Amino acid sequence: MTKTINLNLKVWRQKGQNKKGRLETYKAVDISTDMSFLEMIDVINEQLTHKGKEPVAFDHDCREGICGMCGAVVNGRPHGPEMGTTLCQLHMRHFSDNDTIVIEPWRSRAFPVIKDLAVDRSALDKMIQAGGFISINTGGAQDANAIPVPQEAAELAMDAAACIGCGACVAACPNASPMLFVSAKVSQFALLPQGKPEAAKRAISMVREMDRLGFGNCTNERECEAECPKEISITNIARLNREYFKAGFLSAEK
Amino acid sequence: MQLDAKIPGGPLAEKWDRHRFELKLVNPANKRKFEIIVVGTGLAGGSASASLAELGYNVKTFCIQDSPRRAHSIAAQGGINAAKNYTNEGDSIWRLFYDTIKGGDFRAREANVYRLAQVSNNIIDQCVAQGVPFARDYGGLLANRSFGGAQVQRTFYARGQTGQQLLLGAYSALMRQVGTGKVKMFPRREMLDIVVINGKARGIVARNLITGEIETHTGDAVVLCTGGYGNVYFLSTNAMASNATAAFRAYKKGAYFANPCFTQIHPTCIPVHGDYQSKLTLMSESLRNDGRVWVPKNPEDKRRPHQVPESERDYYLENKYPSFGNLVPRDVASRNAKEQCDMGKGVGETGLAVYLDFEDAIKRDGKAAIEKKYGNLFQMYEKITAENPYETPMMIYPAIHYTMGGLWVDYNLMSTIDGLFVLGEANFSDHGANRLGASALMQGLADGYFVLPYTIGGYLTGTTLEEVTTGHSAFKESVTSVNDSIEKLLSINGNKTVDDFHKQLGHIMWDYCGMARNDEGLKKAKGMVQQLREEFRENVLVPGSKKDFNQSLERAGRVADFLEFGELMLTDAISRQESCGGHFNEAYQTEENEALRDDENFCHVSAWEFTGKDKEPVLNKEELKFENVELTQRSYK
Ligand SMILES: Cc1cc2nc3c(=O)[nH]c(=O)nc-3n(C[C@H](O)[C@H](O)[C@H](O)COP(=O)(O)OP(=O)(O)OC[C@H]3O[C@@H](n4cnc5c(N)ncnc54)[C@H](O)[C@@H]3O)c2cc1C
Ligand code: FES
Repeated sequence: MTKTINLNLKVWRQKGQNKKGRLETYKAVDISTDMSFLEMIDVINEQLTHKGKEPVAFDHDCREGICGMCGAVVNGRPHGPEMGTTLCQLHMRHFSDNDTIVIEPWRSRAFPVIKDLAVDRSALDKMIQAGGFISINTGGAQDANAIPVPQEAAELAMDAAACIGCGACVAACPNASPMLFVSAKVSQFALLPQGKPEAAKRAISMVREMDRLGFGNCTNERECEAECPKEISITNIARLNREYFKAGFLSAEK
Repeated sequence: MQLDAKIPGGPLAEKWDRHRFELKLVNPANKRKFEIIVVGTGLAGGSASASLAELGYNVKTFCIQDSPRRAHSIAAQGGINAAKNYTNEGDSIWRLFYDTIKGGDFRAREANVYRLAQVSNNIIDQCVAQGVPFARDYGGLLANRSFGGAQVQRTFYARGQTGQQLLLGAYSALMRQVGTGKVKMFPRREMLDIVVINGKARGIVARNLITGEIETHTGDAVVLCTGGYGNVYFLSTNAMASNATAAFRAYKKGAYFANPCFTQIHPTCIPVHGDYQSKLTLMSESLRNDGRVWVPKNPEDKRRPHQVPESERDYYLENKYPSFGNLVPRDVASRNAKEQCDMGKGVGETGLAVYLDFEDAIKRDGKAAIEKKYGNLFQMYEKITAENPYETPMMIYPAIHYTMGGLWVDYNLMSTIDGLFVLGEANFSDHGANRLGASALMQGLADGYFVLPYTIGGYLTGTTLEEVTTGHSAFKESVTSVNDSIEKLLSINGNKTVDDFHKQLGHIMWDYCGMARNDEGLKKAKGMVQQLREEFRENVLVPGSKKDFNQSLERAGRVADFLEFGELMLTDAISRQESCGGHFNEAYQTEENEALRDDENFCHVSAWEFTGKDKEPVLNKEELKFENVELTQRSYK
């Protein structure tokens, strides 16, 4: 049933990367419980605009939980309290009348704040550039059915490939490690025959880039898995480690 | 201007081969001397950027989002077509070609569509080689499913996340080229103008969305892959940043805009539930493989779905179209849903919804099988509506989803501005008046992987390009005009927000230029849009400053363009005095309420030419010649 609730919001406001930020308090009144979290921020932003103030900057695009553009820490949890849900797919029916909600950007050295809730996640792209691909040029492919792929392997690869690259794993991790993100890509390709030839090299290059970018390391805190909106499994990290060590032993490329 | 589509001669099946042979090649060493600008990183732009760089061109690629991986293509759910005939049902390149031409209600170019069907198979090969985890059957071979408008299973899919997986494939190829230095990536940039020098596209002006800086970039050719304009309706299934700006500004620089009134309304979306709503969510068409569409037989029946006995349900698509049933094309399914609701048989709180029911499929195949195919869609539905579709039928209603119209391009995908190529949803080329499901992904990747990389070479070898720098007066003029319009928007300081205007525009377009149109309504809407635009120019309120990350300013620029572009759509709709595909003018319908074409007078592409701000555009026609298929009244009975 649709109803409306009132909320106290404490929202992180920060004018730019090197500016000091602080939490500001806003009242959200008559919020329909059918609204998504981002639609609730839209309402606040419309009000701020009408009052001649600057609206809260936040990233978003698809609003369907697939582009990975949205994300904020809500009451201490990346993407808020619902399991397996991006912020854009979080609905206000999961909050109660008069709740206080604290909304902050992802916090990590590798993700500088651009403004308010928007952060710079280009480090994620850099790790993909280092090796998150299969080296094939357009035009060189054989018939798609030439190599059968066991259904189970394809399904596991798809589970890993479901990562939306939002960065919540980094935001959730006490060490700010992107290991879940890296491992999802390494796993997807390692599970498929097409990705096997470069599996070792890929694991090493991506992990090396991760270190170079100043991300922390994985110490098995499992916070990433708990907060991942796509419920990417931590078994991928085990698979990455296997590939990495195999690579270390077997590969000439160190 | 006489429009020349540059369709190669010879029999249909040989045109593309012949053309590739006749196109002059750029030798590998010379490719390094060219710099190509690609705007957009969806399936079209991502695949084009990667493929051009692999060939040796220097590429500069731009997108609005913080990463190329987030382009709107990521949201495509259901699948991608190809004529592989892995299912042995008798599919072929010819059948895919024919279905697409017919599905488009005979308003697309034969040669382009045939080429699309030809390269469809290469796309699947390419994607599998990139590691796209398509669904597979127990033997480890690729699985297929059906989509609307086809009687064979030719749709390849990766759960309900096909667009995501295909885009990540193109993105990884693109990232690989960024790593090699062949592609320079410019994310968080919005292209605001095309720079034309001596009649040729030679660069762009873009705004850095973080710093607000206006940047200029030169190139030997510009490739626009900026997606569709569905957000002119405010509520649509498109991502929030999807816009008409890039295409519309190219139009203002001389690129013709083709068939802007051809918009697609998707039959299966989650219904509208409140005026705070920011977008609509699609429930993939693949659901119509197993879901059955119905409404109560009696109008105003307010019982819960389970309380309506079988005998009092109307499975109207199955009854009316026995051979295609629930899998009729989108325009037909949407119009029928509207018709049922207009008769008072709609369900849910607003009466603007129909049921999509999985009870029989679950009984037949088991819940696990259904979950495997559609699990993520069911979950998404439940998150949004708080109803469990395994137990209660989904409620769905049509919503704006895709735009067939776009910048006019010839067979080489070049617009009426030399050196300006347009790919993917941003061009008008392959879907006629209605696109079949799973064909947009196919087209985006066909354009980017397998068409442009050849045709652009033909252009570059056949033209002389003098040296230009960003110091050229054309760049300066462009920067001045971009700056002026930004400053204008910030200085108005009115009383209504950008969203207020956008919503109002959306209502006008949906009410008068939506699923059913008529002359009177279209004309009225034209006046309303003009008025709204005037009001916007005097009364919009855009907070913040220009040298900053300013999302209100970004939206203001896009809505300003939508307010002009909406009028162009209406003008086009008024001029097309027939019904075809998604353009349904109530005055032209068969006895069975199907779209009634007028092939004698309207078998053409309408390509609009800009003549000046707020002036009536000029209509140019490209006659469509059908030499290989017979024009028939579409029937899905
Ligand atoms: C919810 C949904 C589901 C769909 N499902 C399917 C499906 O199952 N099968 C199918 O075939 N089709 C489907 N479609 C349609 C299909 O997804 C799109 O038509 C297709 O992905 C468009 O790709 P594109 O590359 O042309 O553009 P887009 O993916 O829209 O990319 C546009 C790019 O241009 C950039 N851009 C835009 N304007 C500017 C500017 N001014 N400056 C700089 N950059 C700019 C954007 O940043 C982005 O990178 C679906 C569409 C939707 C909305
Ligand atoms: S806006 Fe795309 S995942 Fe949330």
